Amino acid sequence: MTTPYIGWASDEDLSDKSNQKDLIEKFRSGDIRALARMITLVERRDPSIRQLEESLRDAHKPARVTGFTGAPGTGKSTIVDAVVALLRKQDTPVAVLATDPNSPFTGGAILGDRIRMQRHALDPKVFIRSMGARGHLGGLSLASREAIRLLGSFGFAEVILETVGVGQSELEVAAVADTTVVVLTPNLGDSVQMIKAGILEIASIFVVNKADIEGHARAVTELRSMLHLAPKGGWKPPIVATVAVRGEGIDELWEAVLAHRRHLETTGLAEEQAARRLRNETAEVAAELARERTRRALEEDPGLSERLLRDGTPYRTAEEILRTRVDN
Amino acid sequence: MASTAVRPVRIIVAKVGLDGHDRGVKVVARALRDAGYEVIYTGLRQTPEMVVDAALQEDAQVIGLSIHSGAHMTLFPAVVAELKRRKATDIVVFGGGIIPDDDIATLKKQGVAEIFTPGTPLQDIVGWLRKRFPDGGG
Repeated sequence: MTTPYIGWASDEDLSDKSNQKDLIEKFRSGDIRALARMITLVERRDPSIRQLEESLRDAHKPARVTGFTGAPGTGKSTIVDAVVALLRKQDTPVAVLATDPNSPFTGGAILGDRIRMQRHALDPKVFIRSMGARGHLGGLSLASREAIRLLGSFGFAEVILETVGVGQSELEVAAVADTTVVVLTPNLGDSVQMIKAGILEIASIFVVNKADIEGHARAVTELRSMLHLAPKGGWKPPIVATVAVRGEGIDELWEAVLAHRRHLETTGLAEEQAARRLRNETAEVAAELARERTRRALEEDPGLSERLLRDGTPYRTAEEILRTRVDN
Repeated sequence: MASTAVRPVRIIVAKVGLDGHDRGVKVVARALRDAGYEVIYTGLRQTPEMVVDAALQEDAQVIGLSIHSGAHMTLFPAVVAELKRRKATDIVVFGGGIIPDDDIATLKKQGVAEIFTPGTPLQDIVGWLRKRFPDGGG
């Protein structure tokens, strides 16, 4: 199944080997557009990306991934902007993957995270990419993992993953990031909201932003008492107060991120985490392939579809497809 | 739902120049979103270099520019020129704002694909994009 790419060299066909080679050469030479195009392929779950990645294996350099999540309006993008500024002062190249929800009705999206990061606009060592969550089955995590690998190979040592915490997307951030920063503000509601949201378990670090507004001290106290109830032992998520618009608390925040990294490494958790994630990713990819195969089988085999509709047996049909249908 | 088949056209929407009138551009951004496009809104006071940079990083196929300051004859062609410089002339540029008819003709000659003036029904903009990109979006 080949897909022409809308826009770029209009009818370019990536199943064509010479186009693939061209794209990879451009990627290796540091062409931003080649990187951007490959991330699009990842987002579209285009099969040709596998071969492309395969031929880039020798260039692979892992990136450090820090995730930021929190409710809309808590100041994530502003904090990320300040962290990018800090990393750039140390001359570290940094990429930001910012995800926003797509409309479940039309698939469209307004991705506005760049607005807060304008001051980095012309810095060639800063790459900002907005991703629509697109309601992928299996989700964002597959696409963002692949995108992160590409960013690492391209030379971005630090990757920041930002997502608005509405629903399950914050859990996916935690499944991808090495360190997860949960951003809160005063007046987000009482502590029960936090338990409900399930964010207590995923945070490596808490940021209580907007430390200059009323109720900040109480929010921090409440959060601290909630954390006391957490199981003892292991990493204790620190609470960092920030006023992101003024850049206050950002140094402390980054110190906390580095401390968390050291913790992961000295305890051996980093290795464990990496192994577990590779296994999980493999299972997710298998699910994606199986889904695709099933969809195709039902499309191509009218008899099978007919039987499914008559008997109403999705489980039996699925098992039959996976047992009997072989790709290629 | 074949979520794997979704290939939305990505559109950069930007305010170039110094005016702060972003109501129109936000309405257009919303309409494009509702039509199924992925809209990347970059905010106010963008330079042509910033707009093109964003388009390349975001792998956008389209750039939509909004301006009300009267500097369209400078800034719209500057975006087109920057696209040329970055070898990305396949990215389609359209614009909107208070732009006289004579200027529209000149801008189109200079490589701006379409101009929409105040009062254009949102459906016309969406319809134009659909025609231009029959495979993507909505």
